Order: sequence, then structure tokens, then C-alpha cells
Amino acid sequence: MPFKIIASQCTSCSACEPLCPNDAISEKRGSFVIEAAKCTECVGHFDEPQCVAACPVDNTCVVDTSLPRYQAPA
Amino acid sequence: MNAVVGRGKYVKAAVDGGKMKPAAEYKGCRASANTGQASCGSQAGPGDLPIEIWEKVKNHPCYSEEAHHHYARMHVAVAPACNIQCNYCNRKYDCANESRPGVVSEKLTPEQALRKVLAVATTIPQMTVLGIAGPGDPLANPAKTFKTFELVAKAAPDIKLCLSTNGLALPDHIDTIAGSKIDHVTITINMVDPEIGAKIYPWIFFNHKRYTGIDAARILTDRQLQGLEMLSERGILCKVNSVMIPNINDDHLVEVNKAVKSRGAFLHNIMPLISAPEHGTVFGLNGQRGPTAWELKALQDACEGEIKMMRHCRQCRADAVGLLGEDRSAEFTTDQLMKMDVQYDLEMRKGYQDGVEDERAAKVAAAQKELTEFAGEMSAITLLVAVATKGSGLINEHFGHAKEFQVYELSTSGAKFVGHRRVDVYCQGGYGEEDRLYAIMGGIHDCHAVFVSKIGGCPKSNLIKAGIEPVDQYAHEFIEKSAIAWFKSYLDKVKRGEIQHEQRGDAAIRQGSRISAA
Ligand code: SF4
Ligand code: SF4
Ligand code: SF4
Repeated sequence: MPFKIIASQCTSCSACEPLCPNDAISEKRGSFVIEAAKCTECVGHFDEPQCVAACPVDNTCVVDTSLPRYQAPA
Repeated sequence: MNAVVGRGKYVKAAVDGGKMKPAAEYKGCRASANTGQASCGSQAGPGDLPIEIWEKVKNHPCYSEEAHHHYARMHVAVAPACNIQCNYCNRKYDCANESRPGVVSEKLTPEQALRKVLAVATTIPQMTVLGIAGPGDPLANPAKTFKTFELVAKAAPDIKLCLSTNGLALPDHIDTIAGSKIDHVTITINMVDPEIGAKIYPWIFFNHKRYTGIDAARILTDRQLQGLEMLSERGILCKVNSVMIPNINDDHLVEVNKAVKSRGAFLHNIMPLISAPEHGTVFGLNGQRGPTAWELKALQDACEGEIKMMRHCRQCRADAVGLLGEDRSAEFTTDQLMKMDVQYDLEMRKGYQDGVEDERAAKVAAAQKELTEFAGEMSAITLLVAVATKGSGLINEHFGHAKEFQVYELSTSGAKFVGHRRVDVYCQGGYGEEDRLYAIMGGIHDCHAVFVSKIGGCPKSNLIKAGIEPVDQYAHEFIEKSAIAWFKSYLDKVKRGEIQHEQRGDAAIRQGSRISAA
């Protein structure tokens, strides 16, 4: 399941962006967004999803439950 | 804006100053009254600093208090990400304690930052230092940080570069730092004991993992001390900042002081915790208080013998621009910058700075002369006085317009700068406000006198009632010379029995945000 960023909480500090192994994160209008199709939850790269671990605001990078469970590419 | 060149607000006096002994020849060491130890701190002269270090710091407003009166620094906010979380920081807003703001400050690209540096250096020729202090940790954004330094080093070779970091990533970047033109690094070190660290840092992000608690603090302290050692080995000047948090690390900072000194730090800056609930920090919300002025000074004094102590830090914001306590960042927003015609003129800057050097020398000589006349006087009395100043080492600010007061400790060995107190400006639109006056008096409550260029009748009588003597007869004269002259007459009055010397009480450190430009 891909992750998403809750825009209203993002401080746009940019900590997450360079850490993503899949270049899934970019800045759009002052807030950072995750491209669902590119996010692999960091599986195979790191033990923890990097955006979640680096984000200073808790519960801002969260699993996107609005997407159907297996929609994300492997 | 070209018209401004060479005619900034502070030029006049500097250009008039006569040729005197260069400041570098002046020995800034004075025996301190209580300890008998040399206490040159980061003050006027080289003291016992090796000459090559003195050369590096003498015009650096952050490292030399005396230089702080004459030279300006700027910060550019190119690096907003951070790799640790501190309990005194809420990154939704400008950080209240370190120059590490979050979203409020304007974020710049390295190219925009370069433009800003050149514009400021042209408008304010006494701007000698560019620091990258965040927001966030500059080494958590190494690409942007080093790119900015590289661009500036090329375009404005006379500007000193410095970097502030929490130290977590420092060991990884030592070679890049050594290979660049950066000659000063500041590391924030609040503890060397992971148990204490766990109370300050909820987590760190390291090696692609989030660590919490004692593990996090242990990694952080190891990396900080290792980074400091590596910098020292390579001859890069390193200053340590510590935030004093009562009941958490206040006693422990003496140990931190020893640990950083033994690893080669050349200056230690202990800053008071700023925590108000409205900052929304963990400390602010759980009622953690900051230290009082006395507690802060006692700790700084306790560390003084071990290492040079810095006492003039203003904990300014990451995009601060200007001299002393002033913040001219509003003149240099991205919009403004785009409209400016920037021409970097090294000669003009140098000519201006030569004038500043003459003025500094005149100031030092004046204080020396006053002190010579004082020679032979011995008294156990030491006291504090507050001074309203706009810079250049002069008593040149109106009481009602002062945003801060400089505090000097007077003794028969001279006037020693010991700190500054931020206050809310008393006069707003021509009217003084009672509440503000009481807050200001609380902020300088430990002082016997306040030196101003001018003061209104009402605050004057209130100050006298509170036992603080308002002194305006030295308007536009040099601070140290005037303070010594006043102290001389004070001692005379005590001797003649006209007044009785009494100790004064503690003072409050202003808890509001000190990062706002106002
Ligand atoms: S979980 Fe990993 S792959 Fe997905 S967006 Fe965050 S950093 Fe990128
Ligand atoms: S780390 Fe968090 S707050 Fe910072 S840009 Fe990414 S999502 Fe926003
Ligand atoms: S306030 Fe502190 S960090 Fe800022 S310029 Fe002054 S000494 Fe340097």
C-alpha cells in the first residue's frame, strides 16, 4: 500500500523528499505529495518507510487507505 | 538602492575616526574581580587566543562581542529539513531557541541565496559573515548548503562562511567542510550523558532509521563529540552552543563544558531556554521554565575558567540580517531582491571596513585612558549596568526605543560585557505603556543604572523609584569609557557616605519569541 502525505499537516520542510528511494515525493504548491504509483513503502530498500521515519510531524505520512488494497504496483 | 552604498546608517562616525593603535594590538584580558582569572572571553582583544585564531574571529560578530558592535552577519534559509527532534522546537513555527525556523522564514534556492548575499553585502558594507543555520539542520541538506557556500565563495571571496549544525551528520561531511572555505562551525551540544539527552531529544533519524530514547541520545552525543574532534584535528574553528534547561541539563552543562573544551572547542555559548506555551513546543506545553538572568550568569561564570564564554548571542532567526540586535531581513525579501541592481564592490567594502577599524581603535583607546586614570583604585564592589545602544560601541539609543539593553559588569578592573536583555519597546507611537515599563524594569532589575541617549520624565522617575539610576549625561559617547567614568563617581559617593552600596535582585529573561523581527 502506498503512503500519502496529509497536506494540512506538512510543514514543507523537505526532509522526506531526498530520502525516498523511488523519487516518489515532490513539492506541489507549498506542500509535499507522494505519487502513489511510485511508492513501494521502501520495501527492499530500508527497514522503515523513510518518509514516515524522517517526518517531524507525527501521523503526516500515512498509509493511503482510500486506495484499493492491492492497487499499488509491487 | 545604489545610492545607499557606502552611506549606511552607521557610516558617519566610522569615517571620521582618527588613526589610532589597531585593535589587534590591544590586550583584552582583564583580571576578573572575583576569581582573579583572566576573563577576556570573546571580548575586545586577542587575550590568550593564538594570533591566527584572533585574526579569524576579530571581525566576526558571533565570535567577538566587541566585533558584534561593528560588524554584521546574515543567515540564509536554504536548508529546511532536520534530522533530529528537540523538545524546545516546534517546526511548524520559527524555532524559539536556535536559528532553526520552520515554515515562516522564506526558503531560498542556493542561487537566490547568492543574490541575497550580494545585495546585503552591497547595502550593508559591514556585513562580513554568512551563516547557514537552517531552518533545519544544514547538514541534513548537504547539497543545498554546500552549493550555496560554493557560489558565495566564488562571487564574494571576502565574506567569511560559517555553518551551524546539531552534529548528527557532521562526521560524514568533515572532508567537504575542510575542502571548502568554511572556517567556523557551530555545534549545538546540550548533553554528553544519554540519560539527560533522552529528556531533550524525543528522536533522531540516522542511517535510514528512527531512533528514540537513550539509544537516540547515545548516537547523537557520540557523533557530536566525534565531529568536534575531527574539526579540531583539521584546524577548523569550532564553537559549541548549549541551551540551558533548568532541572534538566543546567548542572550538567559544566561537564559538557569540560568535554567540549578537551576536544578543542574554542568558544562556548550557553543560551537560556526560551519556552512559552504559545510556541507549542513540548517544553513550552509541559511548563518547563527557562533560567533567570542570575542562573544563566552564574552558570556562565562557573564555566568561564575552562574555556572562553560567549555572552552576546541573540538567538536570532535563520534569515536574520543586520547589525547587533537589529533585523533588516524585511528589506531583502525575494520580491525586493528581484528589483535590486546588485553590484558587488570589494574595494568599497574594504574602504568602509577600514573606517570601522579606526573607530574601534578610538573606542578601545578611550576606555584605556579612562582606566589608566582609575589606576590605584581598589574596591570589592562589582555591579551591573544596562546600556541602550544601536551599535558602534556608543550610548546612542533612546530608552523608549531600545529593543534590548547591553549589560556590563563594572569593577575597579574595568567594564566587562556580560550579556544583553531583550525587551519590548517602551514607546509605541509616542506613548509609553505602564505594563511595558514594568516588564523592562524586570528585565534589568539586577542593574544599578541604565545608560541612554535620552529618556522621558515618567520612565525616569519610575526607574529611580525602582532603584535603577537613569544616566543620560554620556549620550553618544563610548560605552566602556562612560561606564568606567560613572563607576568612578559612584565609588566616590559611596566613599563620601552619600550613598550606600547595595546588591540588587535577580532579573527575568524575556520569554516571548525573540526571533520576531519586531
Ligand atoms: S514509503 Fe518509502 S517509497 Fe513510499 S513515499 Fe515514503 S519514502 Fe518513498
Ligand atoms: S517530512 Fe513531513 S513535514 Fe517535511 S515535507 Fe515531508 S511530509 Fe512535509
Ligand atoms: S545572535 Fe548569535 S548567532 Fe546570531 S549573529 Fe549574534 S551571535 Fe551570531
